[in-house]
Amino acid sequence: MRQKETYFDRIDWVTIALYFALVLVGWLNIYAAVYDEQNATSIFDFSINSGKQLVWIGTAILLIVLIMVADYRLFQNLSLVLYLFFVVILFLTPFIGKEINGQRAWFELGVFRLQPAEFAKFATALALAKLMENPTFDLSKLSYQLKAIGIVLLPVSLIMLQPDTGTAMVYSSFFIMLYREGMPQKYYVFSLGLIGLSVVTLAVENSWYVFGGLGFLVLLLVLASKKSWKNMLGIVLLGLLMAGYSYSLDKVVEKLPPHQQNRIMVLFDPDVDPLGVGWNVTQSKIAIGSGGLLGKGYLEGTQTKFDFVPEQHTDFIFCTLGEEFGWTGSLVMISLFVALLLRLIFLAERQKTRFSRIYGYCVVSLLFFHFAINIAMTIGLFPVVGIPLPFFSYGGSSLWSFTLLLFIFVKLDSHRIQILGRSY
Amino acid sequence: MYTGRSLVVAVSIGLIAFVLLGKLFLIQVTDDSYLRKAEKNAIQRVVDHPYRGLVYDRNNSLLVFNDPVFDLMVIPREFHLEDTARFCELFGVEKELLVTNFNAAKKYSWVKPSPLIKQISKEEFAGIQDFLIDYKGLFVMTRSVRSYPQSAASSALGYIGEINASQLNRDSSQYYSQGDYVGLSGIESYYEPDLRGKKGAKYKLVNVRGIEKGAFKNGDLDTLSLPGENLQSTLDLDLQVYGEKLMEGKRGSVVAIEPKSGEILTMISAPVYDPNILTGAKFGQNYQSLNLDPEKPLFNRPIMAMYPPGSIFKIVQSLIGLQEGILTPNTTFACNKALVNCHEHASPTNLFGAIRNSCNPYYHQAFRQIINREISPNTYKDTQIGLDQWGESVRKFGLGERLGIDIHGEKGGSIPSSQLYDRIYGEGRWKYSTIYSLSIGQGEMLVTPLQMANLAAIFANKGYYYTPHLIKAIGGDPSRIPEKFKTKRYTGIDSVHFDLIQDAMEAALSGTASRAIMKDIAIAGKTGTAQNPAGEDHSVFIAFAPKEDPKIAIAVYVENAGWGGRAAASTASLLIEKYLTGEISRPLLEEYVLAGDFIY
Repeated sequence: MRQKETYFDRIDWVTIALYFALVLVGWLNIYAAVYDEQNATSIFDFSINSGKQLVWIGTAILLIVLIMVADYRLFQNLSLVLYLFFVVILFLTPFIGKEINGQRAWFELGVFRLQPAEFAKFATALALAKLMENPTFDLSKLSYQLKAIGIVLLPVSLIMLQPDTGTAMVYSSFFIMLYREGMPQKYYVFSLGLIGLSVVTLAVENSWYVFGGLGFLVLLLVLASKKSWKNMLGIVLLGLLMAGYSYSLDKVVEKLPPHQQNRIMVLFDPDVDPLGVGWNVTQSKIAIGSGGLLGKGYLEGTQTKFDFVPEQHTDFIFCTLGEEFGWTGSLVMISLFVALLLRLIFLAERQKTRFSRIYGYCVVSLLFFHFAINIAMTIGLFPVVGIPLPFFSYGGSSLWSFTLLLFIFVKLDSHRIQILGRSY
Repeated sequence: MYTGRSLVVAVSIGLIAFVLLGKLFLIQVTDDSYLRKAEKNAIQRVVDHPYRGLVYDRNNSLLVFNDPVFDLMVIPREFHLEDTARFCELFGVEKELLVTNFNAAKKYSWVKPSPLIKQISKEEFAGIQDFLIDYKGLFVMTRSVRSYPQSAASSALGYIGEINASQLNRDSSQYYSQGDYVGLSGIESYYEPDLRGKKGAKYKLVNVRGIEKGAFKNGDLDTLSLPGENLQSTLDLDLQVYGEKLMEGKRGSVVAIEPKSGEILTMISAPVYDPNILTGAKFGQNYQSLNLDPEKPLFNRPIMAMYPPGSIFKIVQSLIGLQEGILTPNTTFACNKALVNCHEHASPTNLFGAIRNSCNPYYHQAFRQIINREISPNTYKDTQIGLDQWGESVRKFGLGERLGIDIHGEKGGSIPSSQLYDRIYGEGRWKYSTIYSLSIGQGEMLVTPLQMANLAAIFANKGYYYTPHLIKAIGGDPSRIPEKFKTKRYTGIDSVHFDLIQDAMEAALSGTASRAIMKDIAIAGKTGTAQNPAGEDHSVFIAFAPKEDPKIAIAVYVENAGWGGRAAASTASLLIEKYLTGEISRPLLEEYVLAGDFIY
């Protein structure tokens, strides 16, 4: 006898459990980051960030309930409207936004401050899914590629006006989804090659070593390829192009203002500017590195508690975890994230409609990018860009937007059988 | 379509997570430098400075104690000054200094305290105490400086000062840090490990702005400071003070030793400086002026100045001759002035008479017999062998090398060896006629006043000595003084030979140093004159008393004061009387010494 499957049974509780686990750990860490032994207040104290975060979490749960009771077709139908709405908002932000730290990225609504760029992410994801749901949308064709990229570039260019490089950079993560949906592989090979070359160019002092390496690679490729004039010419041209790129990258970096140069060079040498640009990364690495295998214990971290790491409750929240729970804590937390991402890939793959699957991959892309870049930044593997750690970092905009992003997909997934789309 | 790519995405996610975890493993688990940096960031070690040990004299009179001084500290954030002129007047500080210090404080930290006015004395502090409450952001930190109630014995006690860079480098135990005070000379330096005590430490947590956030690990690692050990010195404060008074206005040395123990009763380097000027805020300035003083008050003459021993050395020659069997009490030589100059006295003379009259030709002839014993037919070779044998005997008197007093910087003097003459004249090209001036304590021979006093102690002890020292007890325990000060050292001269010497020394006074003779106390002494090519000779006298049961052996040097029988003998005699009787019965002699007019 098979019991009838209810709606609740179709909700993916694994994802929800992982979500709440991450939010809970994040909340505890926010308390640890602001904890002051001599002036200890309760984690529920609304005058400190952990109390405020609790309000954000409460309202996020409200948001979840609203999403879960809404009509599942709403998101599909509203996708383009939402997208256009946020494009207009993003367009207006630089004019009417509140200036904080030289950026006009915030909207003030009474006591609340919202960051439209955070919410534009899920709207862009919905729009991409809507645009690409038609089976005739073929990413191997240039015209479709340009359409998809255009959807992404519109909000990116508006965010760059604020300017908020970090958030704009996040939109490049949609290329992960595009890869899954059939974007030609050669773009990725080429991009990864270019990124690799950039890293090598910046890391190696003497350009001649880079050119020598490139020459060697060209030689190898020529030997390995089919010996035709066309092939050889192509490979040599490509090599020359790469060398030209490497050369001009060096020149461009040299022309950058010193503080931006330092921001890049600090990755290769943390002592470039230890009290300036290097401060964040140096202190962040000290906090995390001092955690050891098991950490100093909850609320026992000295580096984060005593404000050695700036922005520690927002973008550098990972320091608190690394210091107080050590490598073991980092392992558990990263495992939770990886588990969530793999679960989402699994869910995306079981969708019956292209819309749901594409949206699912957008969620994976955005979460993964935030997670990887944020942690890489705190341990000095990536330049400091101001992007939050999903579900962890303090802040309503960030928590709400990630909750929205994730639970729209949970909602779509729970209706995967009902959704009458074309199956492929 | 493209479902295979989902696997690529999943694997890439896993790979990047793996890279992040790997890097985290490197900085968290394998590299502990971050832990140390974190501790440096957040844990502030506040040193609790120990109380430095006190120094007493042999009768438990206080020589050195700690005087509190006050550092006025400022927290720039809280400190507001409306009327600078009034502040400077109240606190007795120059405006320039105030501004300099305040700017330095601001530069160091806005919220952490820095010194605004350093080392305010007790008396000055009493004057400003009441004004302190009118100013926010000021508080007082107590420190201590050394203080000397009798302003005496600077050359023996030494001084303390801020540790310098090279001392810090040499400090292998890592005990010291920048700004610590250490003994820089004298007892303060030699017994630094006993005197300094043990620093305590409090570990405090501070935040990024340096503001205290409580104790580290609830203060479990905090330690209290242990005060340093009190020292008892062998010095006799009364004698020291009296000696310094007698030496006023003169240059020279006084060293008095208790022969039975090697304990130094008095050590004076004249001109004497007041040890109190090398303490506290004026240290740098005063040190500079002492250092530039042409009279060189910082030159510790008793252990650093070297002079030829002169006539006094004839006693050592006599003893070596007696021990070697070359001389007997009856050995006589003519006072042949053709050999070396002498003054008028009966000739020929026996050994007693030679000492009594300080006969130069006698020793010229006696020394030749000590040196040339015809061990080798070659007279050059024979001289060489003889000289080195003789040198060995002389060194047993504590001459020619450092005695090992408990003050750093002691000089050893010099007793020439055959190598020295080989270097000067060439091997096989010198013989007795080259070196005969050694016979009367001249020539290539130098001793320190300390060594001379030790000679007097050897004569008093009939053949042995203890290494002269300034320490009597550490932490109240006499057995804790260094072992080397408890060891009896023999000269290798049988005690029987000393009777004649002591008698001759007693008799000598009536001829050469009649001023030194006392009615009730038998004194044995010998004058000397250290030749000084640059001016008047130096007046030298050694003595011990009472002759039958010696309690004090003394050497006195008065530079450029001529003949030993006047300045040095008078001073020594007064000091002996002062030490043995506690009073002075010869005011005229005292006046004579104080007047210091010895050349006539």
